[in-house]
Amino acid sequence: MIGIIGGGIIGVATAYELAKLGEDVIVFEKRYFGSGSTFRCASGIRAQFTDEANIKLMKYSIEKWKKLSEELEYNVMFQQTGYLFLATSEEEVEAFKRNIKLQNKFGVPTRLISPEEAKEIVPPLNENAFLAGAWNPEDGKASPFHALYGYKKAGERLGVKFYPYTKVIGIEKDEKWIIKTTRGEFRVDIIINATNAWGREINAMINLDVIPIRPFKHQLVKTEPIKKGQIEPLVCPPAWNDSYVIQDGEDGGVICGTALEYESNPDDVTPTYDFVKEVLKWAVKIIPALRHVHVVRQWAGHYAKTPDNNPAIGELTEDFYVAIGFSGHGFMMAPAVAQALAERIVKGRTKVPLDWEWFDPWRFERGELRTSAFQIG
Amino acid sequence: MRIVCRCNDVTVEEVEKLIDEGVTDLEELRRLLRIGMGPCQGRTCIPLVISILARKTGRRVEDIELPNARFPTRPVRVEAFVEEGEK
Ligand SMILES: Cc1cc2nc3c(=O)[nH]c(=O)nc-3n(C[C@H](O)[C@H](O)[C@H](O)COP(=O)(O)OP(=O)(O)OC[C@H]3O[C@@H](n4cnc5c(N)ncnc54)[C@H](O)[C@@H]3O)c2cc1C
Ligand code: FES
Repeated sequence: MIGIIGGGIIGVATAYELAKLGEDVIVFEKRYFGSGSTFRCASGIRAQFTDEANIKLMKYSIEKWKKLSEELEYNVMFQQTGYLFLATSEEEVEAFKRNIKLQNKFGVPTRLISPEEAKEIVPPLNENAFLAGAWNPEDGKASPFHALYGYKKAGERLGVKFYPYTKVIGIEKDEKWIIKTTRGEFRVDIIINATNAWGREINAMINLDVIPIRPFKHQLVKTEPIKKGQIEPLVCPPAWNDSYVIQDGEDGGVICGTALEYESNPDDVTPTYDFVKEVLKWAVKIIPALRHVHVVRQWAGHYAKTPDNNPAIGELTEDFYVAIGFSGHGFMMAPAVAQALAERIVKGRTKVPLDWEWFDPWRFERGELRTSAFQIG
Repeated sequence: MRIVCRCNDVTVEEVEKLIDEGVTDLEELRRLLRIGMGPCQGRTCIPLVISILARKTGRRVEDIELPNARFPTRPVRVEAFVEEGEK
């Protein structure tokens, strides 16, 4: 029996992958499934990273996303609408070229495009503000709601038991792990901590609080639906405070984000007014016509940041695994991470190109950091 | 066909089908069907969905927690937030 703590996309997808390999799995979620970062994310999926480990992992993950609706027999609304990063200075153009070269080396077909080409992809773009774009048409988006639900349904069909509104309050060990919850005790052979921004609380229960995750409140603003196809890719000029816009693949509203963040308790998801002003200031610089549409909602969630913005994935101690600290990119990685973790636990090896050394949960204790993972969406 | 959410064109049948499939949490129903996520933010549909949920699950309406009201309570034009001079 394997007990997973945390019912976000990572916990739920891992439960499904383990059940596929024949394991008995139970998943505990303190609120409703998806209530953590997952249901608050911007839905973006990209292989445009700036280091080998993340590029390879995401290339594989995108291949999985492509087949996911079919595999889960449920439409997760994955669409390859691309990511368009925009450069505002010559130095940035040079940096884009270096990143593109690295991505091309691992088979990601990103290319440098002119502002005119960018405008063809995103017709209302303010192309005069940019010198060049980095465009990968294979990046995309999917519905966080339907992706989580699809994995959960498929998991249930394979016998996974999901416990909503069940908070884990303590962990003990005799010959097995004993997980204490608000619904009583459960005995399991293996534990996976998939609580992301809450990850330290769970690790502290076994006195191994060695992954220094800090939760930062991040927010989004969404507009009323606009005609589909206008801002389909995620469009981001990193120099503009990592601000971005992306049209929701489901209803066509425009989701607007920016890097304004606050360190805060992950249970506090109260939106802040200063965010609305900040995010829209950048959004109308990217897409001037946005000033004429209406804002309909704002919400908040958390990035669970490690010191190098890379997650901690692997075995923390015997039969206790972690997959936490996903910063701004846990949704997109979930299909690959879930398969890798499940195969490693059950078979001891995996064909997923996940660099265990890179994501080693003990690296912080050793004073090692990785190259900071590219943050945005 | 009876519409519960006129902002997002969701029908009573769709709500009932999901409840029958075992989705009885208002937060999950809301996200899977996008009820409450239209420009009116659920003013029309959330009370209706709560009564369907209560009827089908035997719960009392008072026991079903309302979702958070999200800012802004009515749609506001983007330009109202953008300072002059930043045009
Ligand atoms: C505004 C915003 C935009 C984002 N945009 C993107 C994007 O475009 N693309 C992308 O890939 N990522 C994005 N992310 C990041 C992404 O949302 C997360 O990395 C991802 O959802 C992490 O999934 P998870 O399963 O690890 O964590 P979570 O979804 O946070 O799940 C952890 C769960 O653990 C539960 N839990 C905590 N403590 C306990 C306990 N004691 N007992 C039981 N359960 C417990 C929580 O309730 C929670 O549901 C964004 C995040 C935010 C906030
Ligand atoms: S009627 Fe459902 S959101 Fe407006």
